[in-house]
Amino acid sequence: MVNGGFSKKDISIREVIDQNRKTQHIKRKIEKGIPVVLFLIASVSIITTIGIVFTLLSETVEFFKRVPIADFFTGTVLKPLSQNPEFGVLPLLTGTIISSLIAMLVAAPIGLMAAIYLSEYASARVRKVLKPMLELLAGIPTIVYGFFAFTFVTPVLKNLIPSLESTNILSPGIVMGVMIIPMIASLSEDAMSSVPQSMREGALGLGSTKLEVTRKVVIPAALSGIIASFVLGISRAIGETMIVTIASGSTKNFTFDVTQSMQTMTAYIVEVTGGDAPAGSTVYYSLYAVAMTLFAFTLLMNLLARYVSKKFREEY
Amino acid sequence: MQLSNQAPMMKRMKFRIGANKFAKFLFMLSAFFGLGVLAVLFYQVFSQGFQFINWQFLTGKLSTQPERAGIMGAILGTFWLMLVVAPVTMFLGVGTAIFLEMYAKKGRLVGLIQTNIANLAGVPSIVYGILGLTVFVRMLDLGSVVLAGGLTMALLILPIVIVASQEAIRAIPSQMSEGSYGLGATKWQTIQRIILPAALPGILTGAILSLSRAIGETAPLVVIGIPALLIPFPGGILDRFTVLPMQIYYWTLDSSLVAEYANLASATIIVLLITLFVLNSSAIIIRNKFQKNY
Repeated sequence: MVNGGFSKKDISIREVIDQNRKTQHIKRKIEKGIPVVLFLIASVSIITTIGIVFTLLSETVEFFKRVPIADFFTGTVLKPLSQNPEFGVLPLLTGTIISSLIAMLVAAPIGLMAAIYLSEYASARVRKVLKPMLELLAGIPTIVYGFFAFTFVTPVLKNLIPSLESTNILSPGIVMGVMIIPMIASLSEDAMSSVPQSMREGALGLGSTKLEVTRKVVIPAALSGIIASFVLGISRAIGETMIVTIASGSTKNFTFDVTQSMQTMTAYIVEVTGGDAPAGSTVYYSLYAVAMTLFAFTLLMNLLARYVSKKFREEY
Repeated sequence: MQLSNQAPMMKRMKFRIGANKFAKFLFMLSAFFGLGVLAVLFYQVFSQGFQFINWQFLTGKLSTQPERAGIMGAILGTFWLMLVVAPVTMFLGVGTAIFLEMYAKKGRLVGLIQTNIANLAGVPSIVYGILGLTVFVRMLDLGSVVLAGGLTMALLILPIVIVASQEAIRAIPSQMSEGSYGLGATKWQTIQRIILPAALPGILTGAILSLSRAIGETAPLVVIGIPALLIPFPGGILDRFTVLPMQIYYWTLDSSLVAEYANLASATIIVLLITLFVLNSSAIIIRNKFQKNY
């Protein structure tokens, strides 16, 4: 060989192959082991779900051994810490439902109209600026909204409604609605943007105005997505904690008067855990019963939203 | 020849066009409504709290006297919390995403895990708090320490990280991995050297956004029983701690007793919002700068 070529110091191809063969079994072990490890990691999310359901369920069962289910779901009095404690969940349910309703009364129309503006009326440039700015609202921590509701919105509302209590369900409901607006706007906008342009053009070609196109073509076509966004919004409102804990107080009122203080399920959980309920007491178990109810409600809503958007999606 | 009477039609047209214009105005107003609230919120918080932010406030210890109170403990607590949350969620989230995208056969199991992750994302954060309280604080007997809070938060934001990582991995064209296989690389080598580096910007963006969610989250920590009383600065993951949102929570609640606490809450909100703003902007910068389009 001229100039170098194979000297004895060089490794021949044969040797490389032999060496590779030696390390091959280690490599093969890694290749076989990795999927197993990754599967274990992936199962953490399943274990989390099982953990949630199991902890809630086992303690809830213990609670219903002490307090009959019927008393819990039909009782209008909630006095967990009195001498003769009563555990009716209805005051918490009405509080939760009313606050969510107020939130939706704010969020649904405004969110939907904002979505219509973004998808039908706004130019691409306006949309590009407006959408992320709107999403800023969703990124603000709920504790900040709670502070806002308590120190700003309630005093302002009090000027309009003098009988308003300093903690009430109205102001956190409204603020919760503001928090949910970007979620509804963004999901509805996605649904409306996916309505094919040709459908709009057909209606416009027949002489419709943009409003008519939106009302009679785009919204019906995107309805499943819009409804799904509303349902998710309700679910979000039911599970919201800090705004209601701060601004709606802890009075366990069974009432429909929105100027009064009411407690929601989430706020009750915060109150009981904050008060260090002794483990094993009925109050302690009531925490889990309420949490289970909350979990069931939101799970139902989330499944419903998925079902609606899947079942009634119209394909074009 | 007159085909139709134009006058009533013109009248109708005018009405339809007018309705359209009015509706457009209304829709625009709705779209800007949220921004209006945002502006009021910012104005309210900044005008109330900005003057109270000074060096002493940022580095001082908590105190029952408003003029001497500082938030260093909460800042350190947030820092330690993130030190637990970030590696745990990254490890679990990216691992799950790799499994689902690269290894699992599309079938019932993947469908189950996928549905499960979607459902977990919709579980209220306070329920995670109860899970953390029951499992980490009581069953494992950790107490209300950074580790317990961090693990709870990690589970809470895990679905977001998984979904973001899955999308980042899916966005990598198959030619890249096929090229790697063609050169004789094994699957894990391909994932390690080709897929993960290419997906990293997307994964990081998702991770930072979910971390900022964890920084602002309060409810699970309230349930776990994080105090905001006078505790020493946390020095490790097994210490008791408090975080910025908890500080805001207690000061807001007590503002009806001590009016100055509202100012402290505002000042803390400013610090929190600035932190979140910096984190979110860095996520956007990473996404815009390092995301390649293949």
